[in-house]
Amino acid sequence: MVRRSPDTRPDTPSDAHLGAPADIRPDGPADARPDAPAEGRSRGFLNLGKARLRSGGTAPAPSHRTFRLAAPPVSGILRPRLIAVCAALAVATFLILCWGVSTGDYPIGLTAVMKALVGSGDPGTLLVVRELRLPRAVVGLLVGVAFGISGALFQTMTRNPLASPDMIGITEGAGTAVVAGIVFGWSGGLGTQTFGLIGALATALLVYVLAWKRGTTGYRIVLVGIGVSWICTSATDYLVARGGQFQAQAALGWLVGNLNGRTWDQVVPLTVVMVVLVPAALMLSRLMRTLQLGDDVAAGLGTPVQPVRLALLLTGVGLIAFGTAAAGPIAFVALAAPQIAQRLARTAWPPPIASGLAGAMVVLASDLIARTMISGTELPVGIVTGVLGAPILLWLLIRANRAGSGG
Amino acid sequence: MTRNERLRPAFLVALLSAVLVALCLLSIALGARSIPFDQVVRALFGQPGSELIENVIWSVRVPRTALGLTAGAALGLSGALMQALTRNPLADPGLLGVSAGASFAIVLSVAVFGLGSLFEYIWFAFAGALIASVLVFLLGRLGRSGLTPVKLALAGVAVTSLLSSITSAVVLTNPEALNRYRFWAAGSLADQGGDVVLQILPFVAAGAALALACAPALNSLALGDDVAASLGQRLGLIRLQGVIAITLLTGAAVTVIGPVVFIGLVVPHLARILVQHVGLGPDHRWLLPLSAVLAPCMLLAADIVGRVIERPLEIQAGILVALIGGPFFIAMVRRRRLAEV
Repeated sequence: MVRRSPDTRPDTPSDAHLGAPADIRPDGPADARPDAPAEGRSRGFLNLGKARLRSGGTAPAPSHRTFRLAAPPVSGILRPRLIAVCAALAVATFLILCWGVSTGDYPIGLTAVMKALVGSGDPGTLLVVRELRLPRAVVGLLVGVAFGISGALFQTMTRNPLASPDMIGITEGAGTAVVAGIVFGWSGGLGTQTFGLIGALATALLVYVLAWKRGTTGYRIVLVGIGVSWICTSATDYLVARGGQFQAQAALGWLVGNLNGRTWDQVVPLTVVMVVLVPAALMLSRLMRTLQLGDDVAAGLGTPVQPVRLALLLTGVGLIAFGTAAAGPIAFVALAAPQIAQRLARTAWPPPIASGLAGAMVVLASDLIARTMISGTELPVGIVTGVLGAPILLWLLIRANRAGSGG
Repeated sequence: MTRNERLRPAFLVALLSAVLVALCLLSIALGARSIPFDQVVRALFGQPGSELIENVIWSVRVPRTALGLTAGAALGLSGALMQALTRNPLADPGLLGVSAGASFAIVLSVAVFGLGSLFEYIWFAFAGALIASVLVFLLGRLGRSGLTPVKLALAGVAVTSLLSSITSAVVLTNPEALNRYRFWAAGSLADQGGDVVLQILPFVAAGAALALACAPALNSLALGDDVAASLGQRLGLIRLQGVIAITLLTGAAVTVIGPVVFIGLVVPHLARILVQHVGLGPDHRWLLPLSAVLAPCMLLAADIVGRVIERPLEIQAGILVALIGGPFFIAMVRRRRLAEV
């Protein structure tokens, strides 16, 4: 059996409980085996293997089927539950987006919103929807997706559910740069977006360079990241404590994450980056799962460890950096969304697409609550993500254990 | 194990203790007012000298040093314990929601009850810390498989972010609370009387005793839950003991000096590197005491530097400990091939 660290694989406790051999467990490393495609070629034309048997009565229902096609030789794993979760999350996210666009000082009906989205309706509604409300909603959507996917990449790469990008310094670096801009009054021409971007990318580069010593390891990146994030946090604290009260309030307002007053200017760079990075993240996710088995095993299975890790880092950092630049370091999304998605889909690792959708859902729902909770004031979205995301995560944690799938 | 190998870790602890004693002396000798060293020694040993100097030494610098020692040791111990219990190198002593609970209580006491001074809100903060960690522990235990390291960590993160969300909501809408909160949150050893140390000392002592008592059990816990259980460890009991110790230690420290939990995250890694350096494995019977000595060293050093670099102004220790400790930590991490937790 491959080595797996017990603390990062939530399904481990139930393994002991089931007493099942490692290679037949529902969500075990079998799906990460790169030799799986080869098996399929010799089999029949189109073979949907049966879902594996429920063992012991308490196990979660096995959530994948194998999929094999003789010509062209393609095989893979179908996970009906994962697909269903993704579909449900996508629908929910879309509905929340429409609901968010429809609420405001000038309420618009849901059907009118949907019409306006495809470009019809009266000009006044079109203007309000397209120019005022949609940019904010789209920034929320994109940022949520970026944070969710980036969190999933980092958590899988380091095999640690706590290793969200906020933990290893990238968001803190962005925060320090922006707060410095606010406190020293540089932010006039450039704006927080540029500062956040520069800060995040510079910090990420610093972490990678400092962690490089004849190659990197996930563990060393995490430790160096801790050190760097520590320095950045205290620099931010220093700036906030030294600044005037008005500046301190402005800085804190940015540091909790904010969607107020977003325009298409924020949407465009974010969209361009995500069109490149999201497919990259999905393509990397297969290689990533062998990396999750440990560097030595991954190298033994033929994964080019260092290039893959660098590519993963670039993708994850790019997503988080542009996301943070557009909306500030919205707390908790990058950490919670992958864990929520993983528990909903009952997989053994955070699934990237579902994580992104869960992130978008949390951000959009939080923004809706933040705008409507106290009439007249718009709270920053980052305050609500914790209040909304924490109970969801806690509930899933508790419930997943009742079902015996560990946690 | 040869006699020599047994001696080397003991030598390491002795060396670090000597460093700590030297730092204590420095911390008493240096400050905003420069006092000649011989007069410092005189005042310390009760020989007659200037009234003013005696006053400065005994009512300002000695309590401050004592506070640094106590709070630093508490944070170091609870950090090492937390990483062992959750088996996660990213765990800090605040992970159980302790510091978020304390922050929340402080902001609430300022915003809702209008309390002004530290003496009034110290008990508020301690109560907040206790309630938050009890909540995390109970939430982590819910469900069938009971308390697993991952569940403990995630429940802690969830509760922490819930509380800090509400804290930032209050702080953003209440300027008075923001003002108090941002100075407390920067972390400082200054302006605390001697009675504050005496107030937190019982909690820290009790927590330290509990923590050191579970050190041998932590070694088998590091092998995984199943192995530890089959070696005869009672997992539930160890975890309960550990959580109580962490709550007492972190709660007491954070309440007084602010949420400088990062020191508890980094120091156990340094201790692990040092223990490896003297040729031992990550043995918690050495790791815990080493962390308890290393953390106050860092905290006091940061406090001393903060006092002297910008006389007569001061930079809070919580800020400088990162600016000095951060690069040092990164250098140590780069030095050798690390064993994972």
